[in-house]
Amino acid sequence: MIQTTYREAMREAIRTAMQDDPGTFLMGEDVGHYGGCYAVSKGLLKEFGPQRIRDTPLSESGFTGAGIGAAIGGMRPIVEIMTCNFSLLALDQIMNNAATIRHMSGGQFTVPLVIRMATGGGRQLGAQHSHSLEGWYAHIPGLRILAPATIEDARGMLAPALADPDPVLIFENALLYNDAGEIPDEVSVDIDHAAIRREGSDISLITYGGSLGKSLAAAETLEGEGISAEVLDLRVLRPLDDAAILVSVAKTRRAVIVDEGWRSGSLSAEIAMRIMEGGFWTLDAPIARVCSAEVPMPYARHLEEAAMPGTAQIVAAARQILGR
Amino acid sequence: MNGPATSKVKLDHAHCLELLRQMLRIRRFEEKCAELYTKERIRGFLHLYIGQEAVAVGIMQALRPDDAVVATYREHGHALVRGVPANAIMAEMYGKQEGCSGGRGGSMHLFDAATRFVGGYAIVGGGLPVAVGLALADAMQGRACVTACFFGEGAVAEGEFHEAMNLAALWKLPVLFVCENNLYAMGTALDLSESQTDLRTKAAAYNMGAEAVDGMNVVDVEAAARRAVGAIRDGKGPQFLECQTYRFRAHSMFDPQLYRTKQEVEQWVGRGPITRFRNWALSAGELREADVAALEEEIVAEISAAVEFAEAGTWEPVENLLHHVGAEKRI
Repeated sequence: MIQTTYREAMREAIRTAMQDDPGTFLMGEDVGHYGGCYAVSKGLLKEFGPQRIRDTPLSESGFTGAGIGAAIGGMRPIVEIMTCNFSLLALDQIMNNAATIRHMSGGQFTVPLVIRMATGGGRQLGAQHSHSLEGWYAHIPGLRILAPATIEDARGMLAPALADPDPVLIFENALLYNDAGEIPDEVSVDIDHAAIRREGSDISLITYGGSLGKSLAAAETLEGEGISAEVLDLRVLRPLDDAAILVSVAKTRRAVIVDEGWRSGSLSAEIAMRIMEGGFWTLDAPIARVCSAEVPMPYARHLEEAAMPGTAQIVAAARQILGR
Repeated sequence: MNGPATSKVKLDHAHCLELLRQMLRIRRFEEKCAELYTKERIRGFLHLYIGQEAVAVGIMQALRPDDAVVATYREHGHALVRGVPANAIMAEMYGKQEGCSGGRGGSMHLFDAATRFVGGYAIVGGGLPVAVGLALADAMQGRACVTACFFGEGAVAEGEFHEAMNLAALWKLPVLFVCENNLYAMGTALDLSESQTDLRTKAAAYNMGAEAVDGMNVVDVEAAARRAVGAIRDGKGPQFLECQTYRFRAHSMFDPQLYRTKQEVEQWVGRGPITRFRNWALSAGELREADVAALEEEIVAEISAAVEFAEAGTWEPVENLLHHVGAEKRI
């Protein structure tokens, strides 16, 4: 086992990918000389040089599009976008090009590109650095959307993402970078399936990314009250692992969906509807949701905390479903 | 199509014939497309290139088969000259699965891997960053290729133009930026949308070599393209070429052209690239009337065959609807 952090695990994943494939390179704002705005790529410039660790101008659309072109041209680029709010400046390239070129070309050109970006709130960064937009991206056919919530996934998801012949977006919840823990020496994970992080029989807490820890904490609290909660980590937000969701709900007959995105038109709504379509008759209670409040993220700490899904809200939603 | 990368244009009989052939192929192909559009054989948007033929034809003379081409939604001509078969382009216009994009792209999204024709992009400016990336891949893999990126002057107002120009110049990437200035971004004249209408100054802002050329003169365009591509292959970084040209037809098939006068259009038609070059070549003795007549005949036959091919083409089964969204086999 290796003692590490989410940040270091991600860095190791990039290092290994760069060592394994000379076609892989990292490009983005401040990934080189600065060491990455979250210090993920710290030290990589020295190790791999400026050809493969490319600092870019503040041109999200330009360098994301360049990543798409480079991927078509035979490279395996990793594009880093500082936060998902900034990715909106590159949305044209991601949505209109990366997600469509295979299709528009009738399968002749493919875009094996990985785009990593930080997501999520909780750091008092206000309304332009704190949102969770992965649910939006999960709307788009042609993209695969990953949300590593564990150190093991931070270490393991990049390799299969780079091996994928199509564009893959990795959303790293910025609150997770300092998470510390042990992972196996060799990490091998897939980017297809959800994972049960805690077994339970009374209710399924369906979640991903930065809300996994809160959901596990909620499950712990619920156990003290005699409620056995299962925690399902979605891991892959597109395509959703419908089977895993339905199997868990069929077992527990109840579900709370925890999603850091806004409630309206959210991923949580999509998951609830899929349960309706595929698991309605297995339910004993209406599905509940814990999402971010419908407000741009406020700066003040107490307001930000109130805006985001919290352990207490998850516990409360579970209790209500169970009539406790 | 792929002449040697010297900067001189050799205007011998064979080359004159080739330049005229390519321009005429575009003209006749698109006239046929317009006709088929009114007959509702082709639907969607149809953006005709008629009037601008000298640009695509002139530029392509400086490219090699391993170079890449990125174009816009007005790209039938570029695809034809690049070597995408007329049959496959016409079938694409019909939406048939024999089309160069399998019927998934349509007029605005022609693609062809065999000729490194990396697309028709219909978001103005959206193809430029992709072109930069193709050039980056070539540079990082040690391939001495150039990516020619075509766009209209309307794209110059887009942020993606500036981001792509800066990146290409900063990293000294082998991109030929070809700005086809046809004076109107759809219906908005250049001086109504740009504070600085000398487009070369945009390139100068990025420390990039730039030239403006008469885009109605195929020989001038070819000469400028050879100079620019030569500079790129000599390692002087990306180059910017403004080709001053004019679109004779409407922006698309739905445009009543309220923004320009008939006199203006007629004036430009009088300077048309095909008439002008043909008359010059005839008077210079490089071509004879019989050559031109033979060309016309050959092109009519090619286009008739393309229409037949497209008509005989087949519809992709609806069961395949979800194909080409992602790889069938992922790893």
